[in-house]
Amino acid sequence: MDLVNVTIDGQKLSVPKGFTILEAARLAGIDIPTLCHHPDQEVKAVCRVCVVEVEGSRTLQAACAYPVAEGMVVRTNTPLVRQTRRMVVELMLARHPADCPSCTRNLHCELQTLAERLGIREVRFGREEKGLPLDDSNPAIVRDPNRCILCRRCVEACHKVQGVGILYPVHRGADAIVAPAFEKPLAELPCVYCGQCINACPVGAIYEVDHTERVWKAIHDPSKHVLVQTAPATRVSLGEEMGLGVGAIVTGKMVAALRRLGFDRVFDTNFTADLTIMEEGHELIHRLTHGGVLPMLTSCSPGWIKFLEHYYPEFIPNVSTCKSPQQMFGAVAKTYYAEKMGWKPEDVYVVSIMPCTAKKFEAQRPEMDDSGVQDVDAVLTVRELGRMIREAGLDVTALPEEDYDDPLGRSTGAAAIFGATGGVMEAALRTAYEVVTGKPLPKLDFEEVRGLQGIKEATVAMDGTQVKVAVAHSLGHARRLLEAVKSGQAQYHFIEIMCCPGGCIGGGGQPVPTTNEARQRRIDAIYQVDRNLPLRKSHENPAIQELYREFLGQPLGEKSHHLLHTHYTARPRYRKA
Amino acid sequence: MLYRAHVLVCNGTNCSLKASPEIQKEFSRLLPEYGLDKEVKVVETGCFGLCEYGPTVVVFPDGTFYSGVKVSDVREIVSEHLYKGRVVKRLLYQVPPAAKPVQVYPEVDYFRHQVRVVLRNCGFIDPESIEEYIARGGYQALGKALTAMTPAQVVEEIKASGLRGRGGAGFPTGLKWQFAARADGSGPKYVVCNADEGEPGTFKDRLILEGDPHAVLEGMALAGYAVGAHQGYVYIRGEYVLSIERLERAIAQAREMGLLGKNILGSGFDFDVEIRLGAGAYVCGEETALFESLEGGRGEPRIKPPYPTDAGLFGRPTVINNVETLANVPVIIERGASWFRTLGTQKTPGTKVFTLTGDIVNAGLIEVPMGITLREIIYNIGGGIPNGRQFKLAQTGGTSGGVIPPELLDVPMDYDSLAAHGSALGSGALLIIDDSHCIVDVAKSFSFFFLHESCGKCTPCREGTLQLHRIMERISRGEATRTDLENMKALAQAMYVAPLCPLGQTAPLPLMSTFRWFESEYLAHVVGKTCPAGVCPVDGTAARAAAGCAAREV
Amino acid sequence: MGKASLEVTRGAAACGCAARTAAGNAREASPQDMARVREIISRLRDRTAPLLPILQAIQKEMGWISEEAMVEVAEALGMHPSQVYGVTTFYTLFATGPKGKHVIRVCASAPCHVPGAGAVLEALKKALGVEVGETTPDGKFTLELTSCIGVCGVAPAIMIDDQVYGNLKPADIGAILARY
Repeated sequence: MDLVNVTIDGQKLSVPKGFTILEAARLAGIDIPTLCHHPDQEVKAVCRVCVVEVEGSRTLQAACAYPVAEGMVVRTNTPLVRQTRRMVVELMLARHPADCPSCTRNLHCELQTLAERLGIREVRFGREEKGLPLDDSNPAIVRDPNRCILCRRCVEACHKVQGVGILYPVHRGADAIVAPAFEKPLAELPCVYCGQCINACPVGAIYEVDHTERVWKAIHDPSKHVLVQTAPATRVSLGEEMGLGVGAIVTGKMVAALRRLGFDRVFDTNFTADLTIMEEGHELIHRLTHGGVLPMLTSCSPGWIKFLEHYYPEFIPNVSTCKSPQQMFGAVAKTYYAEKMGWKPEDVYVVSIMPCTAKKFEAQRPEMDDSGVQDVDAVLTVRELGRMIREAGLDVTALPEEDYDDPLGRSTGAAAIFGATGGVMEAALRTAYEVVTGKPLPKLDFEEVRGLQGIKEATVAMDGTQVKVAVAHSLGHARRLLEAVKSGQAQYHFIEIMCCPGGCIGGGGQPVPTTNEARQRRIDAIYQVDRNLPLRKSHENPAIQELYREFLGQPLGEKSHHLLHTHYTARPRYRKA
Repeated sequence: MLYRAHVLVCNGTNCSLKASPEIQKEFSRLLPEYGLDKEVKVVETGCFGLCEYGPTVVVFPDGTFYSGVKVSDVREIVSEHLYKGRVVKRLLYQVPPAAKPVQVYPEVDYFRHQVRVVLRNCGFIDPESIEEYIARGGYQALGKALTAMTPAQVVEEIKASGLRGRGGAGFPTGLKWQFAARADGSGPKYVVCNADEGEPGTFKDRLILEGDPHAVLEGMALAGYAVGAHQGYVYIRGEYVLSIERLERAIAQAREMGLLGKNILGSGFDFDVEIRLGAGAYVCGEETALFESLEGGRGEPRIKPPYPTDAGLFGRPTVINNVETLANVPVIIERGASWFRTLGTQKTPGTKVFTLTGDIVNAGLIEVPMGITLREIIYNIGGGIPNGRQFKLAQTGGTSGGVIPPELLDVPMDYDSLAAHGSALGSGALLIIDDSHCIVDVAKSFSFFFLHESCGKCTPCREGTLQLHRIMERISRGEATRTDLENMKALAQAMYVAPLCPLGQTAPLPLMSTFRWFESEYLAHVVGKTCPAGVCPVDGTAARAAAGCAAREV
Repeated sequence: MGKASLEVTRGAAACGCAARTAAGNAREASPQDMARVREIISRLRDRTAPLLPILQAIQKEMGWISEEAMVEVAEALGMHPSQVYGVTTFYTLFATGPKGKHVIRVCASAPCHVPGAGAVLEALKKALGVEVGETTPDGKFTLELTSCIGVCGVAPAIMIDDQVYGNLKPADIGAILARY
C-alpha cells in the first residue's frame, strides 16, 4: 500500500494514499465531527461540519471528502475551525424545530449530539421554521420536512440502495427541501415503506407511524386478550435499544420484558416462520413437480411485496402465495389458538414486534382478515418497543431470561435465520431437501446463501434434480436479479428476496444506527441463535406438527389455503395521461 | 463586388431593443431610391459598445459615428451624407454635457482609450457572415496551428502569453490546457465554453457571441487541438436568444466550410461544437455545476478535487473556458505570446472587457488594457457621472465583487490589485453608483441576489444567504441592533471559508465590502434609525422607499 | 427596488419562480398535450444527456411542464420521476404549473435596482393588480422577479416571454402591456 506523510494537529503520521483527512485523523486519534457523512454511503460533503484547515488552502476543506497528499499539513482544532463549525450548526438549528424533548429521535439525534459536542448554547439567528405540512398519509411512515437538514442520506438510501427513487432534492436555495416526487404524500406514490430512509436520517425528519399508544390501550383493556409475537430479527437488535452492545442476543430478556409490559401471552413469529417453511417448502416442491410457474419467489418481506406489485407485477404468478410469518401468526392466533382458549377472534388483540415499517402497512391490507377480523392489530418497531420498555422503567440487565409461551412460542433454528438475508432460502432448503429425498441433510449450513453480498447463488442436488437458487437483499439488488431473470440471462428455480439490505436485521424498524457493520454483527448473532437451538429444521418443530394434526390437516390443505395463503394486486406507479 | 461605402448598423441586443432592425430596413428601402444600392452596403453588426446612445450607425470609409438614430433620421443620412457627402451634424455623437460633437469613430473618447483585441471584430463585421470573419484574418490561427504547430506548441504559446481566465477567477489558461492535455487520454476529452453569463452587470459574453461568434468557435477548436478533445459544448444562458441564433448560424457555416467537423482543413483533426442552453440558474456559471446541468441534472456544484481537467464533463478530462478567454486565443496564436504580453500588466497581460453600468454617462461595453485605473474608465471613457451627482462607489466584478470607494479610484484594475483591496476583477462588471443611493438599500439587493441564486446544496450557503438577507432587511427597516452587525460579521467569516463552492464563499464579500467602506451609513440605520439617503423604510415608514429608486428619473 | 419587493416573508425567496404550490396538480395534461410531449421526447431522446433539452422544448411549446409530462420523460429516459421533478424545480425558466399567457420577469439585480427597477416593479404591480408570483385573474400575465438577464446596458429591464424591454420608466409600462 502506498503511504503518504501528513501532519495533523502537529502529529506526523503515514497514512494510506487515497485516505480522506477524516480517515487519516481517526488514525491520529482525532474524531472530526460529521453530520452528512455515513459510513456506508458516498461522500456528500454538504453539511460542512467537518471542515478543517489545510495549509495553503484559502478556504477550509471538508475532511470527509478531501484526500490526503504528501506533505499535507492539517489543523482540525483552530479558532477558525471551531467558530465555523459552530456557525454551521447554528444555521441549521435556526430553521430546525426547537422541540427536541418531544421528538422521536430525542437522545438519538445526530444534530442534537453535535450541538452538544460543539458546545452550542445559543442560536444567534432568529428561529424561522419552514412551516411545511407533515406527511402522515400512509400507515407506515411519517415525514416531517421541517426537521430535515438536507444531508441527503435518505435520498441515497432511496435511490442507490433501494432503487425506488421516491425522495429527491427539489427547489433550490433556502427553499430547497428533500421531498417525494411532485411533493406528493407518500400514500399517493409507489413508495414501499421500507423505512431505509429512517435508518439513514440523522434527525427526526422521518419516523414510523406510532402504535405504542394503541398497544398500551389494548394492554390496559380487560376485555382484550393481548398476544404479542416477536420477529426473528428482533432478538438480536433490541439489546441496542437497551444500551447493550450491537449483536447482543436478548431473546429471554425480551420475553421477560414483554410479560412485564402486560402482554397476556408472549409468542414468537419464529413459530409461524417454521409454518411458512412448511407451506412454502411444499409449494416449491409442488411447483417443481407439477410444472408450476418458476422461479418461485419468496413472500415474507412486505416491502418487497409492495415493490413487486408496483414495479414488477408480471412476476406476481411467481411469488409464493404464502402469507408472511407475521400474517400467518395473526390468522392462526385468532383461529386455532382462540378456539383452543375459547376466545372470540374479536377479543384477541395481536401485536407484532417487527424490525420493519412495511409490516405496519401489511397488517392493514384489507385481505389480511381471514380470521374474520383484522389478523394483526398493531405493529411495533424495535425502536417503539424500546421506548415502551424505557417508559415502563424496565432494567433489562436485571431481568431474568424467560421462555416463550406454548404452543405458538416454539420454534427451530430454521425460523431464527429468517432474520438474515439467505435465511428463508436456507430454512426452506433444509426442509425441502428432506421432504423430497426422504434422507437427512448431510450438511445443515448453506454457506453460499449467507452474508452481505448483494446477490448470491447456489445449486442444490435433490434426488438427481439440480435446484438452482438465488438470494437478493435490498431492492436495488432485487431489481438487478429480476431483470436478469426477465431477460433470460439467469435461470433459477427458487429466489429469496428481502427488501432491506442484510435482510430483516437491517430493516427500517431497527435501532438507529443500522450500518453495514451493525448488520454484520446482527447476522452473526442470528446464526449463533440457530446453532444454539436443539431443533434446526422447521418440519421437526413439534408444535407445528401438532398444529397440522389438530387443526390444519396438511400443508397446502384447504384450511391452510384459506388462512395462510394470499394473493397480490398490481398497483399503479405514477399518474399517467 | 466593391462598394463605395459601408453603413454599419448596430444590431446588438441593446440597440435592437431601440429599433435598429427597423433602421436597417429603412436604409435598404431608401438606398435604391437614391440609386445607391450598388454603391453602398448596409451591414448589420454586433455591439459597438456605446449602448447608452444607441442605436448607433457608423459610415465607412470616413468612420462617421451617428448615435441615437431614429428610423425617421435615415432618409437624412441617405440623402445628405451618402448621396451628397454632407455629414448630418445633428446626429453626431456628443459627449454630454460637453457640447462639441465628435465626428469620426476613433476620435470618440469612448473608443480612443480602448484597445480592442477581444472586440476586434465586434461592430466591424457582419457576425452572420463567416466570409467577413475570414476576411479579417479569422481562422488563420486555426490553420496555422493545424499545419505548423504541435498541440504541445499551442499549449506552450498560450502558457507563454500569460493569458488568465476571464470568467472571474483568473486561472492561467495555458496551465489548465496543459493539465487537460496530460490527463488520461483513454477516452474522450471535452472543451466547454462557459457562456452562462449570469453575473449581474455583465453582458460582455453576450455581446462577443452576438458580434463575433466565430472567434469563440475558433478558440474552442484551438483548445480542442491543444488538449486532444474532439467535442466541444457551448453552455449558454437560455435567455440569450440572439447569441444562440448567431452561434447556431456560425457553427453551421464553419461546418460547411470544413472549419468544424471531421478532418478540419485536411489536417486529420476532428472537432465539433454543440450548443446547450441553461434554464435559469446563476450557479451554473460555476464550472462543476455547469457540468451537472449539461449532463441533465440539478446544477449543483461538485466536490473538488477531482478538478475538471481530470474529471469534468461526463467524468472525463475537460477544459472549460469563458467566452472572452476563448476569444483571446486565436489572436494569441496568430500574433504570438510576446505581442500579447505587450498589453496589460506583467502578471495579467492582455486586455479586459468591462461592462459599464449604473450612474455613468456612457454605459456599455469597453475593452481596455489590464491595469488601467477605475478613474480613467469612469472619467475618460465613461464620460463621468451624470446629473451633477458625485461618485459614491463602484462595484467591480458584479454582485460577487467588492466595492471601490472614491479613495481607491486609482487602484489598477487587475486580478491581484483588486483582490488586495478586498474586491475582485471578476467578470468585468462595473456598476457605478452615485451619491443619491443608500448603501444599505444597494447591499440588500446583493443579499437578495444570493438568496435567490444559492443552489441549496450545502448548509452555510443555503442557510447563510438567508440569514444575511434577513439581517439586511432588518437594517433597512431600522430594526437591527449592533448584535445583528456582529452576527453578520461572524456569519461572513464562516461563509468565506465553509461553503462547497465559490458562490457561497463570495456571497458575504459585497456586503462586508460595503460595510467596510460605509460603516457610518450602516450605523445611521442601526443606531440612528435613519437612512441618510432617505431611501430605506426605517421607523416602519416607507417614506421614499419606492420613490428612492425612482428619484433619478426626474 | 422598493421595500416590498425584496422583503422575504417566509422561507421562500419570494421571487415567484419557485412558488411552492400544488400548481402542478391544478391542471392535468390533455391527451393532445401528451402527444406533443411524446413527439418532443422521440425527437430529442437520442441526444447526449437529453433531459434538459427535452424539458426546455416542453416548456417552450406548452408553457409549463405537467406532472404527466415529467412521468413520461422519466420513463423514456429510465429515470425516476422524482429526479425529473427535482431538476425541473431547480431552474427558474421551468414552470411546474400553468402560468399566465405571458410571463413578465423583472430584473431585481443591482444594475437594474440602482437605476430604478423598484419603481418599474411597483408600476407593473399596480397596472396588473397582482403581487410578485401571482397571475392576473384573466390569466394573461404572471409577474416574477429574475436575477440579471444580461441587458444591463439598458437597465432597468424586464423580459416578457422572450422579448426584452429596457431603459424603462414607470410611465412606459402602460404602453408595453398594451401590446399584449
